[in-house]
Amino acid sequence: MFIQQVINGLAMGCIYGLVALGFVLIYKATEIINFGQGDLMMIGAFLAFTCVNFLHLPFLLSLLIALVLMGFLGKIIDRFVLRPLVGEPAFAMVMATIAIGILLRSLGGMIWGYDTYKFSAGITDVPVRIGSWAVSSVNLWIMAITVLLIIVLYFFFNKTKAGVSMEAASQNQLAAYLMGIGVKKVFSNIWGISAMVAAVAGILLTPIQFLNYNMGFIGLKAFPAAVLGGFGSIPGAIVGGIIIGISESLAGIYLPRGFKEVFAWVILILVLMIRPEGLFGIHQKKRV
Amino acid sequence: MRFVKRMNYLQDIQLFKYHSTIGWYLILITAFLAAPLVMGTYWVSLLILIGINIIVALGLNLVTGYTGQVSLGHAAFFAVGAYTSAVLTGKFGVSFWLALPASGVVGALVGIVVGLPALRLKGLYLAIATMGFGFIIEEIIVQWEPITNGVNGLSIKRPSLAAFSLASDKHFYYLVFPIVLLSVLVLKNLLRTSSGRAFLAIRDSETAAESMGINLAVYKTAAFCISAFYTGIAGALFAHFMRFIGPENFTILESISFLVMILVGGLGSVHGSVFGAVFITFLPEGISLSKDYLPTFIGQQAGLQAAVYGLVLLLFIRFEPLGLYGRWLKIKFYFENFPFYKKDTFRKVRKFHRTQKQ
Repeated sequence: MFIQQVINGLAMGCIYGLVALGFVLIYKATEIINFGQGDLMMIGAFLAFTCVNFLHLPFLLSLLIALVLMGFLGKIIDRFVLRPLVGEPAFAMVMATIAIGILLRSLGGMIWGYDTYKFSAGITDVPVRIGSWAVSSVNLWIMAITVLLIIVLYFFFNKTKAGVSMEAASQNQLAAYLMGIGVKKVFSNIWGISAMVAAVAGILLTPIQFLNYNMGFIGLKAFPAAVLGGFGSIPGAIVGGIIIGISESLAGIYLPRGFKEVFAWVILILVLMIRPEGLFGIHQKKRV
Repeated sequence: MRFVKRMNYLQDIQLFKYHSTIGWYLILITAFLAAPLVMGTYWVSLLILIGINIIVALGLNLVTGYTGQVSLGHAAFFAVGAYTSAVLTGKFGVSFWLALPASGVVGALVGIVVGLPALRLKGLYLAIATMGFGFIIEEIIVQWEPITNGVNGLSIKRPSLAAFSLASDKHFYYLVFPIVLLSVLVLKNLLRTSSGRAFLAIRDSETAAESMGINLAVYKTAAFCISAFYTGIAGALFAHFMRFIGPENFTILESISFLVMILVGGLGSVHGSVFGAVFITFLPEGISLSKDYLPTFIGQQAGLQAAVYGLVLLLFIRFEPLGLYGRWLKIKFYFENFPFYKKDTFRKVRKFHRTQKQ
C-alpha cells in the first residue's frame, strides 16, 4: 500500500514537475510567472484528443501535431500579449498571464464543451510486475517520458547553440543582446518550448485524470513544486514536483480527510517561511 | 483652468482640492440616498453589490495599489468575514451589530497571520503564497462541517435595527451605503497620514523606504491587517445580503475578480476602486442583457462571460494600465487645458532595465 502510493505520487509528481518546468523556463528567461500554464496544458491535451478521436490519426502523429500547434500558440501569446508589455511592472505581467489563462479556459470550454472526456493517450493501463509489487504501466510511461524530456532539455540547454543563447538571455538580457543574441526571438522560442512542455504534461495527465476544460487548475499545484525546487532551477522543478506528488499522495492515506487537496499549499507556505529560495535556488540580493 | 494659491503645505494633503468639489460630492451623496426611492428592487440590489465590492476594492487597493503587495487570496478574507458573521449570528445568536465588527476583526487577525510570512517575500512569491492561503481557507470551510456546514453552505437572516427590519433590499441599502461612505472616508484620511505615505513609499521602493526609517515589517503587516478588516466587513455584508453562502462563493476566481476590479478601476486610487466595483458588478449584467442582440453563435456560449472578462483585462493592461480612473483623469486634463493639450502628455515612459542576476 505504501509503495503503491509512493509510485502513484511519483507519477503525479512528474506531471507537476513538467508543468513547473514550464513556469521555470519562462521565469528564467523573461522573469514572468505564467499563471496560464495549466490552461496551456489543457489546450495541449485537447488538441491531441481531437486529432485521435475526431480526425482518427495515429497517436504519435497526433502528438506531433499537438506539439507543433502548441509551440505556435506559445509564440503567439508571447508576440501579441507579452511583448507589448515589456517594461511594465511585474503586476501587469501577472495579470496578463491570468487573463491568458481565463481566455484559454473559456476558449477550451467553447470549442470542446463542458463535458468530461476519457482519453487514454495511446497508453494502455496494464499492471506490470516488478519483483513483488504491481505497478501500473501508465505510471511507468509517465516517469519514462519525463526522464526522456529532461534529458532532451538538458542537452538542448547545454549543448546546442539555441539553448546556450537562451541560457545567456536568462542570465543577463542586456549582455546577451550586446553579444548579438536576438532576445526577442529567444523569448518567443522559450514560450514555444514552454507551451510544448505543457502539452506533454497535459497528454501524460489524461490517463490518470479525465479530460475537462477545467483541468488547468491542476496546473496551479505546480507552483508549490516550482517554489520548493527554487524558482529558476530546472532540476529543482522536477524534484520539487516529485516531492509534492509523493507527499500529497501519502497525505491522502495517513492524514485526515481534506489534507490531500491542500497539502501542496501547506508545503508551499512552510517552504516560503523557512527557506524562500527553495532547495536548489540561489539566494538573490538586489543591487540598488 | 483653475489655479489654487498655495498658502501652506497642509493644502497638499487636504481631502478636497477645490471647495466646489465638496458641493459636488454632497449632491452625489444626496442622489444615492434618494436612489432607492425611485429605483426598482433589481437596481437597488445591484447598488448594494456595488457597495460591497467597493469596500473590498478599497481594502485590496490599500494592499496592492498603495503598498504594492499583490494578493491573490482576498477571497479568503472575504470568506472569513462572511462565515464569522454567519456563524456568530446563526449559531450563537449574537446580534448582527456585534457580529459585523467582529467579522472585520477576525478578518484582520487572519490578515496579520498572512502578513507575517509575507514579510520575507517579494512580489510574485507573495502572490503565490496568498493564493495558497486562499486554497487552504477554502478547504477548511469545506471540511469544518460542524461550524461551516461544509459544501451545503449556511443560510443567514437579514439583520434588524431595534424594531426596524432591514429584510428588504431597499432597507438593506441604507445599511450598506453609510458603511461604504465611512470606508471611503477612513481610507482617504488614512492615506493623508504619515502611515499612508509610508505605504506609498514601500510600493515605490522598499529599499528607499527602509533607508528613510520606515519599518517594513510593521507597515506591510498593517497594510494586510487593514485590508483584511475591510474585506472581512464586506464579507459579512455579502453574507447577510445573499442570505446564503457556501464555499463556492470564495474560490480563487473570486480573488482574481477582486484584482481585476482594482486593475480595471485604477490601481492606487480611491476613485478607481469605486469605478472598478461598478464595472465588475455591471459586466455580467451587461453581458446577459446583450446576449439577445448578439448572433446566436456567440450569444449562447456558456463561457462568454469568462471570455469577455479575460479580454477586458488584457485590453486594460495593454492600453490603459491606469484603469478607468486614469482615463477619467486624462479626459479631465484635456478639457481643463483645452487648446494646449499635447498628444504626448501622458506618453508612458517604460523602464527596460531589469534586476541584475548574480
